[in-house]
Amino acid sequence: MNEQDARAAVHAAIGEVAPDVDFDDVDEDARLRQDLELDSLDFLRLVETIDKATGVDIPERDYPAVATVKGLIGYLAARG
Amino acid sequence: MPSLGADMEHGKLVEWLVKPGDYVRRGDLVAVVDTDKTVMDVESFQEGVVADLLVGIGETVPVGTPLARITQTPAEVGAPGHEAPPARAPSKTPAVKPHAPEAPAATAGPPIAPPVRHLAHRLGVDTGRIHGTGKAGAITRADVEHARAARPASAARVRSTPRARRLAAELGIELSAVTGTGPDGAVTVTDVQDAAAAVPPAGPAEARPEAGPPGAVLPEAAVAVSGPEAAPAVPEAAPAAPEPEAPAKGKPSSEARERVASLRRAIGALMTRSKQTIPHYYLSTTLDLRAGVEWMQSVNAHRPVAARLVPSALLLKAAALAAKEVPEVNGFYDGGGFRPSAAVHLGVAVALRQGGLVAPAIHDADTLPLDVLMEQLRDLVSRARAGRLLRAEMADPTLTVTNLGDLGVDSVYGVIYPPQVAMVGFGRVTEQPWAQNGLLGVRHAVIATLSADHRVSDGLRGGRYLALINELLQEPEHL
Repeated sequence: MNEQDARAAVHAAIGEVAPDVDFDDVDEDARLRQDLELDSLDFLRLVETIDKATGVDIPERDYPAVATVKGLIGYLAARG
Repeated sequence: MPSLGADMEHGKLVEWLVKPGDYVRRGDLVAVVDTDKTVMDVESFQEGVVADLLVGIGETVPVGTPLARITQTPAEVGAPGHEAPPARAPSKTPAVKPHAPEAPAATAGPPIAPPVRHLAHRLGVDTGRIHGTGKAGAITRADVEHARAARPASAARVRSTPRARRLAAELGIELSAVTGTGPDGAVTVTDVQDAAAAVPPAGPAEARPEAGPPGAVLPEAAVAVSGPEAAPAVPEAAPAAPEPEAPAKGKPSSEARERVASLRRAIGALMTRSKQTIPHYYLSTTLDLRAGVEWMQSVNAHRPVAARLVPSALLLKAAALAAKEVPEVNGFYDGGGFRPSAAVHLGVAVALRQGGLVAPAIHDADTLPLDVLMEQLRDLVSRARAGRLLRAEMADPTLTVTNLGDLGVDSVYGVIYPPQVAMVGFGRVTEQPWAQNGLLGVRHAVIATLSADHRVSDGLRGGRYLALINELLQEPEHL
């Protein structure tokens, strides 16, 4: 998956879990938990949504690597 | 109108999920009600045939007002003299007499018999504007028919099925522009779909497959109409958006803002009552989560993401089990003093993304296997955020847990939801230096707090409750 596709997948998934997030205002360094205010259940749903859309299943041990929007896009681009 | 929470005084009927002549069983969803806090599905308390809908869509009525009349068999429908009492909801303060046979009580205005009211509703006539010519100013069938005839045809209310309305709202279709092919020209789902196919897509919503009876409300399908978050999903969403399936962004509508404001007022009123009447005391303790987190990680490693656990599930289960052992934290305090509850219905405080919170219940949380509790937690939170909760979930938590730590605070001291007698708070799960037996190590840990009612328990029992939670968490495989 190239970075553009990964970005689109991440935006779509976040849009589903947190419809109020406006990407025009979101820096890619934004942290999913603290800045976008996703709680652990939101985050789980995000990982699930991404798995369904892209086939990339992010194991729990990799959660620290996908803590930011940028990290998540990079993770998908490298594996999708 | 059932009571959907201790602080609820009235509710607005948003949608009927049944129509006269439908057969309903106990527990079937019959209506959608909007409180100050959220939109909820209301179930039938009786089995039988819907004879009359007594409250029209958009009407706000006090708790205890009959919403519909249900008769036992189809033969009794419309047969005066054999009518069952109106379907009544349990309520702390009944607004109607238990056996008043025809009781459209608690509604102001001239007297009107339910069949006439139903006729008015069906014809889209506002009974508040009719001058009754019957006995004691009562509105008669003729009055309603006259009022309907006197109105220009263009103003006629568009008859439509609930699912058709929902779909139309999702698709941004104006109902009055759709030609109805249903009974009495009612607009059906098929009509809306046909109309939608004839115009270019106006919004981000997509047509969802229609399945099941009207009562089988699919929470997700319903979101677009009732959920505050969905408010922006109306036609102004750009048709040229690059990702048409993504929910619309933008500023909340005035309706959404009003909902947030009314939720804020409801929370303010309830919390003020709590602090004015409940003598709170507060305790905290640090829970050792080493065993819990290690166990959870080893279990999750072999699971697909959909089946993974989060620490909250372990904490909730332990909180529910411990409440079984310390009944002083589980139940209600009202005029008659403390009533402990045999069941543990664990309220879970859910922060809503648009502001405010609700605390619906996971029923019998102490008896649920951990995986089931996790599943219910996810379902409950997603429905709470979508504004689609069931009446029973809002009405009867016996003990509430707030899990604010999930978003970063170390500890949270909650305000008790009256008439409950305790609130448990869990902070953030972190790795901490941990000294034990003269050695220093690193463990996962979390601060648990208890706010409890001093009229019911003392710190000693409250402390016992928190200690029990910690003990239970040391054997996570038995949770």
